[in-house]
Amino acid sequence: MSIFVDSNTKVIYQGLTGSQGRYYGLLNRDYGTQVVGGTNPKKAGEDVDGIPIFANCAEAVEATGATASCIFIPAAGVYSAVMDAAAGGIKFIVCITEGVPAHDEATFYNELKAQYPDVQLLGPNCPGIISPGQCNIGITAGHIAKAGGPVGIVSRSGTLTYQALYELQQKDIGVTTCVGIGGDPVPGTSFIDCLAAFEADPDTHAVMMIGEIGGSAEEEAADFIKNHMTKPVSSYIAGVTAPPGKKMGHAGAIVSGGKGTADAKMEALRDAGVKVGLNPTEAGELMAEIVASL
Amino acid sequence: MDLFEYQGKQFFKQFGMPVSDGEVAFTVQEAVDAAERLGTPVMVKAQVHTGGRGKAGGVKFAASVEDVQEHASNILGLDINGHIVQRLWIEKASDISEEYYASFTLDRSAKQHLGMLSAEGGVEIETVAAENPDAISKIHVDPAVGLTREAAQAWVDGANLNPVAVEGAVDIAMQLYDAYVQGDADLVEINPLILTPDNRVHVLDAKVTLDSNSIFRHEDYAEFDETQPRDEREEAAHEKGLQYVGLEGSVGVIANGAGLAMSTVDVVNQVGGKPANFLDIGGGANADVMAGALEVINNDPEVKSIFINIFGGITRGEEVANGIIEALNRVDIDAPIVIRLDGTNADEGREILQPALNDKLMMEPTMLDAAKKVVELAKGAVA
Repeated sequence: MSIFVDSNTKVIYQGLTGSQGRYYGLLNRDYGTQVVGGTNPKKAGEDVDGIPIFANCAEAVEATGATASCIFIPAAGVYSAVMDAAAGGIKFIVCITEGVPAHDEATFYNELKAQYPDVQLLGPNCPGIISPGQCNIGITAGHIAKAGGPVGIVSRSGTLTYQALYELQQKDIGVTTCVGIGGDPVPGTSFIDCLAAFEADPDTHAVMMIGEIGGSAEEEAADFIKNHMTKPVSSYIAGVTAPPGKKMGHAGAIVSGGKGTADAKMEALRDAGVKVGLNPTEAGELMAEIVASL
Repeated sequence: MDLFEYQGKQFFKQFGMPVSDGEVAFTVQEAVDAAERLGTPVMVKAQVHTGGRGKAGGVKFAASVEDVQEHASNILGLDINGHIVQRLWIEKASDISEEYYASFTLDRSAKQHLGMLSAEGGVEIETVAAENPDAISKIHVDPAVGLTREAAQAWVDGANLNPVAVEGAVDIAMQLYDAYVQGDADLVEINPLILTPDNRVHVLDAKVTLDSNSIFRHEDYAEFDETQPRDEREEAAHEKGLQYVGLEGSVGVIANGAGLAMSTVDVVNQVGGKPANFLDIGGGANADVMAGALEVINNDPEVKSIFINIFGGITRGEEVANGIIEALNRVDIDAPIVIRLDGTNADEGREILQPALNDKLMMEPTMLDAAKKVVELAKGAVA
């Protein structure tokens, strides 16, 4: 089992005809993902290495029965792409694009909630999602993940997600699903969405959560873990020593007005019974201990 | 992108908000000339990207042109929280009856815009929030719906302003929301928003942070980008398009991915070192980007050792290793380098690096080992 996506998930790549879309779309197909179509209003009727291109998601869904999409559209076009996917009947939208204006993110988040409450958006500015051995949507290198279980991973950071997958693979620990929620101020999918899904997934028995400085998403997740989760969680928070007022790469990774510090997040997580590592390796070791005791 | 006060006021003015007339001055003479054109009394205000200007002596009332001369010469060159004052804003002085506070920002938890308004202006809003939270009237605005005049009216009513200020405050609330949304701002803040003795509501200060991701639809924001405070290292990195934040230490850090770069800074600290910077070279880690990153780090005189921390994902270990070697051939590096290469085809990558290793180029198997080694080198205690 897995969460959100599995071997049956059919995916449309919005922006498959662009260089990034083509590169990762074909890599994802090689991994085994059902890449059933792409969209580009100017190239409808053409194909990318045999994958048909449609004018929009509605036509692509009609022709292929796809339920998921993956967005590789430049930031300026992301708002339209998200709304096109939702209007076209896509239920799970993965947006890889980085650099989307925060106001656009806040707007499409709320428009989706009001008009398409059953649609789930992942990202923007995220590495995507992989259910190892079944489905890989996005830019994660598939071969660094061991399929199976018992661990689910949710992360705000791209490279640290890969690091976590790799550390577990080195320890011969399998992963049900690894979700990169992205480092932007308004992520479509939150830690809590993923924690709740992992709690409900019978094959996931423990969860690794990787956070970073800025905002209060980790504190909210800690609160959820404390009150609603029975499965053990290990965690790592990046940016313990980040200076206040400086954006550390991600738009969302900033300590401002004394809020959003790593220390406060780690404290909240420890208080919720989470095993917190001080670096990614330590978090991996803690997870190995958890898995050994399951 | 943080705007100077005067840039913020010019920005607000485009949306119809009432701001004072003023001029920018880079020298004492320019300040005097500006005051003569505007007519005294004026305020002489330091333009820096930091708070606490008043306390530091960076904001002065000048009744005469002689006062302007005196204050301008004192304030130019002043160090306010590490920011040296290089420009002044000379502005017509205003009479103040009452001071209020108004702002919009994104509430990340609620995923909606948050407006805050208070009759207790002129002090930091964090202080008001801590000491008298009921004095702040809040409004959540759904970005998909926007701010209606009725909602703005209720929001203003909740702040218990002087009744004569209410209508003007509602106008400014609507204009402030327009500026915030149409301008793609992360923050718009007026502190103080004042009521004058003749009952006008007036914008006396402006703090504006714009979303740099929105530049594609705001071509005029390029001028704001040019006035961002960056030290020499940050400027050089910015020109190369690298994500760089200058820190105070001696260990240069290069990593691929923001999370890994942050994590690398953490680990260097954990083993007793002090990172000189945060530098994210992104996913590719090719020779061009690596060479650019090494140049930036190499130009930092404080750097005593360099930590290259790369995790190969889609980009394979061999490509990363070849990129590093090619970059090292292009840039003459003074400080010793410690590499940690892990992930996809790490073994193949390490094999490529092996023949190039010497006492200036080392490799360690894990992030922690590499951090220990690079900190040792920085401290001059090579084992």
